[in-house]
Amino acid sequence: MKAYAYFPGCSLEKMALSYHQSALECARRLDLEFQELDDWNCCGTTAYFAIDQLLSYTLSARNLALAEKKKLDMVTPCAGCYKNAYFTNVTLKRDADLAEHINEALKEDDLHYAGTNQVYHLLEVFCNDVGVQEIKKRVTQSLNSLRVAPYYGCQIVRPRKDHEEVENPRYFEDLIAATGATPVEYQLKMRCCGGSLLITSRKAAFSMARNLLQNAMDNGAAVIATACPMCQVNLECYQQQINQEFGARFSVPILYFTQLLGLALGASPKELGFGSELVSASAVLAQIRNKETSTTQSPYIRHATS
Amino acid sequence: MSEKVGVYICHCGANIAGVVDVAALSHWAGELPDVAVARDYKFMCSSLGQELIEKDIQELGLTRVVVAACSPHLHEATFRNCCKRAGLNPYLFEMASIREQVSWVTANKTVALEKSKALISGAVHRVIHNQALEPIIVDINPNVLVVGGGITGIQAALEIADAGYHVYLVEREPSIGGHMAQFDKTFPTLDCSACILTPKMFSAGTHPNITLLTWSEVEKVDGYVGNFTVKVRQKARKVNTELCTGCGICEQKCPKKVIDTVFEAGMGLRKAVYTPFPQAVPKYPVMDVQNCTFFQKGTCKACEKFCPTGAIDFKQEDKVVSFDVGNIILATGWDLFDCRRIPQYGYGRLANVYNSLEFERLSNAAGPTGGKVILRDGVTVPQSVGIIHCVGSRDKNYNPYCSAICCMQSLKFAHLVKEKTGAQVYNFYIDIRTPLKAYDEFYQHILETDETRFVRGKVAEVTDAARLPGEEGKLIIQVEDTLIGKQRRIPVDMVILSAGLEPRHDAKEVAKLFGIGCSADQWFIERHPKLDPVATMTEGVFVAGVCQGPKDIPLSVTQGAAAAARVIGLVNRKQVSLEPVRASVNAEQCSGCRICNNQCPFNAISFLVDKGVSEINPALCQGCGTCVAACPAGAITGSHYTNAQILSQIEGILEVELGQREAVPA
Ligand SMILES: Cc1cc2nc3c(=O)[nH]c(=O)nc-3n(C[C@H](O)[C@H](O)[C@H](O)COP(=O)(O)OP(=O)(O)OC[C@H]3O[C@@H](n4cnc5c(N)ncnc54)[C@H](O)[C@@H]3O)c2cc1C
Ligand code: SF4
Ligand code: SF4
Ligand code: SF4
Ligand code: SF4
Repeated sequence: MKAYAYFPGCSLEKMALSYHQSALECARRLDLEFQELDDWNCCGTTAYFAIDQLLSYTLSARNLALAEKKKLDMVTPCAGCYKNAYFTNVTLKRDADLAEHINEALKEDDLHYAGTNQVYHLLEVFCNDVGVQEIKKRVTQSLNSLRVAPYYGCQIVRPRKDHEEVENPRYFEDLIAATGATPVEYQLKMRCCGGSLLITSRKAAFSMARNLLQNAMDNGAAVIATACPMCQVNLECYQQQINQEFGARFSVPILYFTQLLGLALGASPKELGFGSELVSASAVLAQIRNKETSTTQSPYIRHATS
Repeated sequence: MSEKVGVYICHCGANIAGVVDVAALSHWAGELPDVAVARDYKFMCSSLGQELIEKDIQELGLTRVVVAACSPHLHEATFRNCCKRAGLNPYLFEMASIREQVSWVTANKTVALEKSKALISGAVHRVIHNQALEPIIVDINPNVLVVGGGITGIQAALEIADAGYHVYLVEREPSIGGHMAQFDKTFPTLDCSACILTPKMFSAGTHPNITLLTWSEVEKVDGYVGNFTVKVRQKARKVNTELCTGCGICEQKCPKKVIDTVFEAGMGLRKAVYTPFPQAVPKYPVMDVQNCTFFQKGTCKACEKFCPTGAIDFKQEDKVVSFDVGNIILATGWDLFDCRRIPQYGYGRLANVYNSLEFERLSNAAGPTGGKVILRDGVTVPQSVGIIHCVGSRDKNYNPYCSAICCMQSLKFAHLVKEKTGAQVYNFYIDIRTPLKAYDEFYQHILETDETRFVRGKVAEVTDAARLPGEEGKLIIQVEDTLIGKQRRIPVDMVILSAGLEPRHDAKEVAKLFGIGCSADQWFIERHPKLDPVATMTEGVFVAGVCQGPKDIPLSVTQGAAAAARVIGLVNRKQVSLEPVRASVNAEQCSGCRICNNQCPFNAISFLVDKGVSEINPALCQGCGTCVAACPAGAITGSHYTNAQILSQIEGILEVELGQREAVPA
């Protein structure tokens, strides 16, 4: 059983409780041990880096140091926390001077960060460490060709980290296909959902979310799967307002990918935090419960294997 | 016997003297044992510098010379000649590289001085053990191998053949012509590509001094300048060229259609037995056995049935031919950047996104649409077309270099699209690069007359996700227009990606086969980027055209001709002098173990059964040193690299007390 230091991030305490529950449930069912960090702190989220870099790095470094103390790699389900932790790890390794400053601050807490561990997003752990093939083997409840739009959002792939595919990554699609669902191909899968723009420019943020919802719907999505609490909120909570603003009629459930994966792995909706949706997911659950299993594979999988 | 060594230290302007204390160095060198004189001078390689050495040799009776300056690569020949002029055997000279190996790579002046001392001390110790040698003179085989039958290779072959020497022109594809044969018009004059190319192809195909080996590849190269032996595999055409008249009936009758991904760039079809285009040279078809119904399913043979001369030969096998040449010119050209590597531009996913070669075929009157510029549906004429520059070039994620031709090629396309469709054309560029003769005039002409809109900015993406009115069913080009400082979305019907030029996918292997080097980008490396652009570090092997780096047709032709001139010059000399660096076996010491026998990459060692010892043929030996190291009895010596020379050089280097080392950056 592989162990990770699990950093949930602030949102998962309350707003995204269902992400927290379903992430842990999936990990359990995939024989992963997620040890939540004791006494973790907020990563500074999107805004803080622009205000005080040194302090923001220190915030993330503290969490990383806690994980390093356990000799574990860190995994986080939030795309924003992931980006902050990932780049703190990389920057500290590159910038000895910065590392020294930060470690000076961490000393107050009897901590030190040497940068010996890695930072992963939850998707990476499932797709790379466990592997899509393995997940496919563990699926007990096929998602019956449910049309799921994988929404990467902007922060998992950007900024570019290494030589990874940033323009058309496929691992989220592969994961969805492994559950028996059909991944929806749509162009805006990595576009920003508006993020915290909502606070400063509501109209512009709505327009971004609208484009995304429209593009996913145009390509036949029955549900959008997210991997970030911020994306989930922007796409789900504001659907009504977006409908009013643009005269649209969106009513598409926005679920965490772990909720769908969890269903495929045999967990009950309750174990996965279902029930708090603002846009009802009952149609989704109904399709999955529909016992008649379909053999249609996703077009991508068919393409890749032919 | 004690030797009289002269040591000459060059300032190289400030190149060396700016870092190394040359006065102190020459003072120190003057005190070394056996050194009769040590001097420093501004430019040793100048005629005054060389006269200084000559004068000392004659007046002081120097028996050995050491020059501490740039590198043997640059000036060894200069100073050897200088010694020779003064009557000293040129091999009694040694060079210490204190520019490339010291001043250019060392910041700390103390360390620089110490390292210079060590290198000079090594050279002085070594030169004492140098022996007078005479260069080896060998005949040059006048035949020449040209690899690659694009415009560059054709030009080179014709120049040499016209000069009266025989050329073997080896081309991988069924016909010569290269990429130029695929084009519609050529910039900047817009003359028809085939019209100017095919006469040259025809001349190459019929020239009595040219042996054309198409559908062929070089498999092995042995030997050295003047005397290469080459093995070429001629792939089975399944057509007997002795009998075939090129009538094309087989192609007409062949029922099997295949997408032509080479000549038609995937835009058109060909048959299983085919000539890639009507003006192909040679005119004989080749059979694609992977796709031939007979080879795959066992029945058909329509071609055989209809061939009026009985030339189809299903049993024909590959043939390996071997011949000798004195010089080799590589003109293997380029591959097009694969636009799929930039998924945000939609190539391969969005039907009406084309790469530049596809557009050449679309626009070509002999192409799959008869020259009509229409969308993939086969009927719709585009009303708006976006041409994107620098695709895969000038981008650290793909190729950092500028492909040099694609600005002009994009302007050419803008003009052709406008002329053929009247569509609104947009060119998306980062910078417009039109530096050569009549090129900027062409650009100005397009600017003034063609109503093409130029948008300066790197395109972010090409998408079919419509958002705004007017975008439905279009390809939308999202770009930051850096001249107005705004993001723009421009809907068009067709997008053309001006993909960059890349080294051939197999450039590295080909370079290895011919014993030359590749740059980090994998273009073949020339001997000197400015002063010797067509020679390579391997004597007798030349490079020309795009395989050496991106360039247009005029420059490719110029290089092809230049390489030919170099070869003709060598062949006219009839003989070439080789470095007398050869290995020899001391029969007294040889135990006859024969370990060295199969070590030699040039097969120069044979075993004399009667005498029970091994012997090296100096005509074949290339002085690589493998056998010297292999001999357990230490019986083999490499001239100019004797044990005494190497060991004394090491001793000399170690004799200099080196102080505190600079930390070496990891
Ligand atoms: C879309 C496009 C349009 C262009 N338009 C123009 C234009 O209008 N005007 C202009 O001046 N330039 C133009 N260029 C540039 C032009 O294509 C090059 O300058 C020219 O092709 C260089 O010719 P080459 O013989 O060096 O290479 P190539 O044309 O690539 O020919 C190389 C030949 O070598 C053969 N070969 C390769 N490897 C081997 C091997 N190992 N053994 C045997 N044979 C081998 C190949 O089959 C090929 O026949 C254009 C380029 C592009 C991409
Ligand atoms: S000999 Fe070499 S180092 Fe000296 S001036 Fe000439 S180029 Fe420069
Ligand atoms: S039909 Fe025969 S002669 Fe005519 S091109 Fe074909 S092989 Fe040659
Ligand atoms: S045998 Fe092959 S090449 Fe000949 S006609 Fe049939 S398919 Fe074509
Ligand atoms: S020639 Fe023009 S289009 Fe081509 S890489 Fe250079 S700048 Fe870009």
